[in-house]
Amino acid sequence: MDERPRRSFWEIMNDIDRRIIFVILFVVVAIPLVLKVGGTIPPTAPVEGAHEAVESLEAGDYLMVSIDFDATSAPELMPMLRSVLRQAFAKDVKVIMLGHIAIGLPLGHMALEQVAAEYDAEYGVDYVDLGYRPGYIAVMIAMGREIEDIFRTDYQGTSIREMPITADVHSYADIDLLFGFEHGAVIDYWVRYAQARFDQRMAFGTTAVMAPDAYPYLQSGQIEGLVGGLKGAAEYETLIGQPGLGTRGMPAQEWGHLLVIGFIVLGNLGYFFTRGKQRKPAA
Amino acid sequence: MVAPMTDRTARRFGLVVAIALGVLIVTDGDAFAQADAGADVDAGVDAGLHARALADSGRFGESDLPVACGVAVSDVPDDAGGQLRVTWGVLAERVKSDAITGYEILRYGPGESPEPVGDALATDSEYTDTTAEDGVPYQYVVRTRTPFGSTDSEPCEPAIARAQWFARGRLSTLIVVLLFCAALAYFIRKAKGGGDLFVRKIPGLEAVDDAVGRATEMGRPVLFVPGIETVSEVGTLAALTILGHVAKRVARHGTPLDVPCADPIVMTTAQEIVKQAYAEVGRPEEYDPMRVAYLTYDQFGYTAGVDGMMLRDRPEAVFLIGTFYAESLILAETGHSIGAIQIAGTKETSQLPFFVAACDYTLIGEEIFAASSYLSREPVMLGSLKGQDLAKLGIVCVILFAFVVGTAGALIRPDGTSVLTRIFEFVSAWFN
Amino acid sequence: MRRAVPLAITFLTGLFLVVSFFIPHRPFGELEQRLLVWFAIVAGFTMLLGVDNLIRSHARKITRTSEGWGHSVVLLVGLVATVVVGVIGRVQFGSPFHLQSPFMFIYSYTIVPLQATMFALLAFFIASASYRAFRARNWVATLLLVSAVIVMLGRIPIGAAMSEFFPWMQEWIMTVPQLAAKRGIQIGAALGAVSMSLRIILGIERSYLS
Repeated sequence: MDERPRRSFWEIMNDIDRRIIFVILFVVVAIPLVLKVGGTIPPTAPVEGAHEAVESLEAGDYLMVSIDFDATSAPELMPMLRSVLRQAFAKDVKVIMLGHIAIGLPLGHMALEQVAAEYDAEYGVDYVDLGYRPGYIAVMIAMGREIEDIFRTDYQGTSIREMPITADVHSYADIDLLFGFEHGAVIDYWVRYAQARFDQRMAFGTTAVMAPDAYPYLQSGQIEGLVGGLKGAAEYETLIGQPGLGTRGMPAQEWGHLLVIGFIVLGNLGYFFTRGKQRKPAA
Repeated sequence: MVAPMTDRTARRFGLVVAIALGVLIVTDGDAFAQADAGADVDAGVDAGLHARALADSGRFGESDLPVACGVAVSDVPDDAGGQLRVTWGVLAERVKSDAITGYEILRYGPGESPEPVGDALATDSEYTDTTAEDGVPYQYVVRTRTPFGSTDSEPCEPAIARAQWFARGRLSTLIVVLLFCAALAYFIRKAKGGGDLFVRKIPGLEAVDDAVGRATEMGRPVLFVPGIETVSEVGTLAALTILGHVAKRVARHGTPLDVPCADPIVMTTAQEIVKQAYAEVGRPEEYDPMRVAYLTYDQFGYTAGVDGMMLRDRPEAVFLIGTFYAESLILAETGHSIGAIQIAGTKETSQLPFFVAACDYTLIGEEIFAASSYLSREPVMLGSLKGQDLAKLGIVCVILFAFVVGTAGALIRPDGTSVLTRIFEFVSAWFN
Repeated sequence: MRRAVPLAITFLTGLFLVVSFFIPHRPFGELEQRLLVWFAIVAGFTMLLGVDNLIRSHARKITRTSEGWGHSVVLLVGLVATVVVGVIGRVQFGSPFHLQSPFMFIYSYTIVPLQATMFALLAFFIASASYRAFRARNWVATLLLVSAVIVMLGRIPIGAAMSEFFPWMQEWIMTVPQLAAKRGIQIGAALGAVSMSLRIILGIERSYLS
């Protein structure tokens, strides 16, 4: 029977089994979600930019919402999507939804129907879901000329020319703001094709991990605002005065961050106190 | 062997950060990325603000409705034809703020009566007609709508839509592309002539042989994951070129190779590459097309599938090369947990930290594009790398020049009237 | 000949696309969009190849009763059931994504939770990878460690409560050094991509053809 040498406390801290980290993280994240603790989050400039972009729209203006995410990013992006839709419907802005991730578009549709019902908005008059068309670059370029070339009908097969909301919508020239919800590289294509080629005003909501990729566009002024991750969603909820899932999720994220920092500190202390032993040659 | 982050990796990462920091410091953030798309946008905004200012200052009665004035039409430059741009302003003394609800654009050709072609918002002062026929002289009338009625502008002078044979706005791009091609051509020629070309060592690529060799010794398979994008993505193409080299080494050693794909075209291409590699080393019968398999195009379905392969088959060497997004760390951590030697590479900057943290070697950005040249050691391929480096040097010089001139100009005359500032603005505008 | 034809097609297609970028006049201006449509059509058909490969490899596992063949049965049954339910949704409601469509049941109660679960794993892996990777082994690694802790603290409300320094420093790290590194790498990667594209167009790079 092989006998394992007894390890000191710092040696254990230097090499904690990852399964222990997983269990502790699970518990720490679950507690605030179950207890539903949370407070308002003060907004930052990129989120304020996005909020102001929507706020600048007037009744009857067109907001195009692009659903470029799927269920994996729903916890981060759905709260901000709902907030943007609430802000738009409250101002009587017309909402045109489309998406480049087929499997994610139903999530956007569900949020659209839910928020539209809160504001008694009418399908085909106040909002519409154009659905999904494959090949996002081709779709983006074609919409610069004529939207009907790509979206002849909405997601249910109704002609867009038969619906009052889209009867006179032809290209980006008719869209006052594009708000994309992104979890991947589609944001690059939106900026490259709709903004750079057709000068479309745009703002984005992204997952936290994608937000750094979008910063250059914000800094260059190519996009007007950026809502990054759950924190961004919570900030947006603060701005529209309607706390939701973003605000509620923040404590879990906060506790999770603190735990990771705690593990990093423990790991470094373990590394520091056992460094001498590691350098000693084997006996 | 499987260190979480080797000192060398950490040093390289730090070096990259430091170099890139230098690059940015010499770059005026806004001027660098922001297109001077500025000019056009500013013009539009100015026109809009002007109209609004005029509107605010005027008096308005029912008999004195606002009317669009100064209507002009011009061909849209640098397009394929069929487009005309209409611009207008609003008469100051006849306008009350917020009275205008929108504009209707009417068009007529020779012998026609004005017909509506589109609408514009109250805040607009420009409309692009995308339905014009090339070669036909069109005139436009802008109808101003208010709750009290509409007024029509005077018709504008006619204009003709034309297609252009050269996009003048892209002249700077053409010149840069030609210079870049010239640099490549020069070094390729030099390489063909037997010139000595030094290429620095890339540890991640040096380790390819070791990784395959270790898998062979241990009698365990090699797993090559070519990312989740389609073949039209240049990162995937780079991954496939590296797969060609890995497959040859694997085939030579008789080690099993698995290539799970998220895209059917990538799968087909990868199958051809691996099959050819086995044929080239004289072992075509050992090629199994089912090992180069399509899993699913769904991002996390694919991740689950690859993780499952790692945990079941326990490959000794894992290559994560191509385009990756949020799944990068899930794949790399699973690979780490089975103790495989991992070589990763992507141009997706947001995923690089994850690979650096969890893999043994990481090919950063351009290194994946250089890999094929590096591994093949063909002089012509290496020549193209040198050309690329020269182009990069040129870009760094331009950035440094712009930084020095722009900063000096701003320091000498903060009001922006310095000659140096003008030079800086000219350079920025040229590159946009 | 077997190589010459694909190389010629690659060269001509690449050349036309580069030229079309600078010439808006018809037919060049529309070329990019036309080719993208062709690509979408070809990609659609190759999906059949993928499904064919998927079905054959799993059918092989089942017939040979290889290890884990039961999973292959679940996969094939899931594949067929999803297609059938999708077709029913299309026929009944005009779209499988209609809220009343039976496909939405599979979507809401299978696809969404499965995808969310896979993505949620990332949080656990980030925790274990951070714990392992952020060690003060040398000054560069220490720099990385300190930056990581500041960014993590700066992005949560408690960081701001502790000191205004954290959100401010977090913002600075994200907008200056982070962006600097990113731009440096991106410039290099973009040049590398252009260089590789040129090598492919000119037929110098052939390893993808093998």
